[in-house]
Amino acid sequence: MTSKKVVLKFSAQNADKPIIYHLVKDFGLVINILKASINPHKEGTMVLEISGDRYEEGISFLEEQEVSVLPLNQEVVRNEERCTSCGACTVHCPTQALYIDRPSMEVKFNDENCILCLMCVKICPVKAMEVRI
Amino acid sequence: MTVERSYKEINERIKKGKAVVLTAEEVIQKVKEKGVEATAKEVDVVTTGTFGPMCSSGIFLNFGHSAPRIRMQKVWLNNVPAYTGIAAVDAYLGATELPEDDPLNNDYPGEFRYGGGHVIEELVSGKPVKLRATSYGTDCYPRRKIETTITLNDINEAFLFNPRNCYQNYNCAVNLSDRTIYTYMGTLKPNLGNAHFSTSGQLSPLLKDPYFKTIGIGTRIFLGGGIGYVAWNGTQHFPSMMKDESGRELTGSGGTLALIGDLKQMSARWLMGTSFRGYGATLTVGVGIPIPILNEEILYYAAKSDEELFAPIVDYGDAYPNRKSGNLGIVSYAELKKGTIRVMGKEVPAAPLSSYPRAREIAGILKQWIQKGDFLLGEPVQNLPGPEAGIKAKTLEEK
Repeated sequence: MTSKKVVLKFSAQNADKPIIYHLVKDFGLVINILKASINPHKEGTMVLEISGDRYEEGISFLEEQEVSVLPLNQEVVRNEERCTSCGACTVHCPTQALYIDRPSMEVKFNDENCILCLMCVKICPVKAMEVRI
Repeated sequence: MTVERSYKEINERIKKGKAVVLTAEEVIQKVKEKGVEATAKEVDVVTTGTFGPMCSSGIFLNFGHSAPRIRMQKVWLNNVPAYTGIAAVDAYLGATELPEDDPLNNDYPGEFRYGGGHVIEELVSGKPVKLRATSYGTDCYPRRKIETTITLNDINEAFLFNPRNCYQNYNCAVNLSDRTIYTYMGTLKPNLGNAHFSTSGQLSPLLKDPYFKTIGIGTRIFLGGGIGYVAWNGTQHFPSMMKDESGRELTGSGGTLALIGDLKQMSARWLMGTSFRGYGATLTVGVGIPIPILNEEILYYAAKSDEELFAPIVDYGDAYPNRKSGNLGIVSYAELKKGTIRVMGKEVPAAPLSSYPRAREIAGILKQWIQKGDFLLGEPVQNLPGPEAGIKAKTLEEK
């Protein structure tokens, strides 16, 4: 069973409703919440990894609830030429996608663990972390 | 002491391709195996390296004269102002200078994506840089304005002159306050959320010569990928010896170096424009310094390992910004490099800001240069003051 990554956009009207619950309970989908945030205008953004036989039905349900579903077509990439392996990013990466290999002290990037929080893009002193769309 | 070597003897061996050179990492292992005395008999030179953000850096430039001539009064390179209060077409561009229209910290925390350090990186990469200058016009320098493009090859001189590099030791920065802070030591999360440190520890030049027995004015070094020299002590040169409660000496601290070298020999791999969110722009500089093993005592310090070198832990939430003295304890570089330290009873994730792998690479390059016979050691024409000089920091008071 393959999983798909999607970005959900909630409006102020539906951001407080228990919608993800129905994906699990009614459609039997396996949900991994990679990122969730609500801005001061009460609009929500969620990045989900979804798997399950009734994936299409679940997506239709989300659309009926007026949640917009976008494919996750952004990725964070490391410019290997620019990265100096300083390590500054490693304590700010919430999933240890960026980590220090010991004892070499080289910084490694495991993009499978990246949840696109973009913290590294803001932190990297030499701008080696880039967003690719 | 049974080993006594002179610079002349070492240089003769380098010229013949016979000098025994080890990096500061390699020599630690050797001394552990054979002891100081036997290793000192064998090893001529130990190479060190560091690659970290060093704000007190910049370049002197001479652009050549236009026709008609201009006595530049204000000058910008890629929109970043440079200082030209010197002769007509000379200027100094500092690593931390920012474009005049930069939003700074108005939209806090600011990004500081481009500054003097980035201009230096572009110049050293051979990229064209926009030059703009204005003046008031004189009889001998009638022109009032010029806009053109330069490259490193087009201009007469370009030399790096860094008034303060290679800080001997540096604070391990933490944040005791309840909000995220944005500092030159990186982003520090509230309530001891993380710690940042910024030296290459056992590879760092001045940690390996704490009494300034060999590193002095005229020492030939690796600077930015080319050959440079120690020009003077750096600004804020307050060398001292950090001691534990029992008075046992731990780690040299507080020394700094002023460095000079030809930018035209350097490379963008070792001079990188750098941005600290909420703080500013700067330049990451690669420096490597050879330590001649003139006797056992010099080797004893050059072979100090991360377990034997310590950094003070300092709160950047309150103590540092308000110049309150004291620290939250000390921590060894070995512990820091493991990635977790204990501060006030709490486990705190720690990460470096200076690149240990690049420091290792620099020490390796310098070793190769010396082994090939290309790089002779420069005997200092004058030593720099060490801890015994007792130089104390002066403070700035409002009067």
